[in-house]
Amino acid sequence: MTTVRLTSHLYRFFPALKDRPIEVAAGSVAEVLRAVDAIAPGFTDYVLDERGALRRHVYLSIDNRIVIDRTTLSDRVADGATVYLFQALSGG
Amino acid sequence: MSDLIILGTRKGTVLIDRADSAWRVRPIQHAGIPVCYAARDPRDGTLWASLDHGHWGPKLSRSRDGGASWEDVLSLKYPQGARYIVNYLPTPDFDPAAPQGDPEYQDATVYKIWSLAFGNRDQPGRLYAGTIPGGLFVSDDGGDSWELNRPLWNHETRGGDLFSGGATSPNCWGGTPASIDYGVFEPGIHSIVVDPNDSKHLYVAVSSAGVLESTDGGLTWGGRNRGMRMDYLPDPEAEWGHDPHFVTHCPAQPDHLWQQNHCGVFYSNDGARSWRKVSASDSGVHFGFPIAVDARDGQTAWVVPARADSERMAIDGGLYLARTSDGGQSWQTLRKGLPQQHAYDIVLRHGLDINGDCLCFGSTTGNVYLSEDRGESWQCLGNHFPPVYSVRFG
Repeated sequence: MTTVRLTSHLYRFFPALKDRPIEVAAGSVAEVLRAVDAIAPGFTDYVLDERGALRRHVYLSIDNRIVIDRTTLSDRVADGATVYLFQALSGG
Repeated sequence: MSDLIILGTRKGTVLIDRADSAWRVRPIQHAGIPVCYAARDPRDGTLWASLDHGHWGPKLSRSRDGGASWEDVLSLKYPQGARYIVNYLPTPDFDPAAPQGDPEYQDATVYKIWSLAFGNRDQPGRLYAGTIPGGLFVSDDGGDSWELNRPLWNHETRGGDLFSGGATSPNCWGGTPASIDYGVFEPGIHSIVVDPNDSKHLYVAVSSAGVLESTDGGLTWGGRNRGMRMDYLPDPEAEWGHDPHFVTHCPAQPDHLWQQNHCGVFYSNDGARSWRKVSASDSGVHFGFPIAVDARDGQTAWVVPARADSERMAIDGGLYLARTSDGGQSWQTLRKGLPQQHAYDIVLRHGLDINGDCLCFGSTTGNVYLSEDRGESWQCLGNHFPPVYSVRFG
């Protein structure tokens, strides 16, 4: 299994993901995100564009490694690893 | 007279109600989320807000209870195969002597839902959305599902049908960094005009391309830029490359169209078959973003002039509107109640609206002003709003 940890900003739009561990099957990053979408429909619309790529200001790491393939999300997430999703945007 | 003003702002949707002849501001909706356009569907009262999340992509939000609660609607998405030709600045095409390069293509992703328009009453549920990069999306079920208008997307001025192969014609649609806040240089559709007498008759305006018209419900589109001039290209009278900032029409006389353009104010009284420049750079009416037209009289319009091009703020520190009632032959300046010194406000393309004798505008300085006498005098509804992107009467 893979643990997914989210920026707290996303709980505003997906309260179903709040205050609970998010554990899904290991696989590619794309498969992991799809599994989260099954728990919270619409989730991937927030973090991915219509091409399935990570949105420009969304960052994703597998444990301490920033994901390499932001376009097709083919990076493998090992069993026991943790996926972190966070946002990066500056300004007011 | 409308009792509701809807603001789309940098920090959310602001609803302002008239009650007992006073205007009261409700607590902000979509708090903290940029809202680039918000409006009320006059047919069924649904409120719409186009959210421009910095991180999470553009979304539409809908309220069917007057703003008490809001729901996400299905995101607009370009279908697989929707490509377009990209030209990033600086590009050889801005040098007429540079050799032509091969087209570069990019898969389309919705960056912003920049404008919304509502169909006539004979098409209940018909909505239009204009996006960056320039796509016209259409819904016939009140926004539950959306479809890209392919004839416009595949128009010969964009390179032809790129769904089915390579470009068969040059791309004539430029892009403007002003259309989006974070440095993407794309063309966008910011104005959608539906003829109130003929639901199949549409206009869209694209920066930086120009105006297009369809008379068959969007099956075919043609350019309507005759008489337009632009100061920034080698050929100021080229058919394409114009930068309308906003285009609108007179509901009672829909052949009377107006545009505030980067290069002046332009007026057409023949359904955009020809345009006439009705401003002069030394007259105080030239550069600006929004324009409003009287609902009954197609010769009467209002603009909010600004100093072009390097300053982009109120002229000489004084904020004013200019009004014409003779098709742009003469302009009056309207200043009563507006600050006349130390004002730096700029009013963006969707930041001015008209309803009967009422006009309202909001600036990126967070000031909102209302006139109930056709612009003769103004009252301030607030000085501390977030930067205002759109103002619409409900």
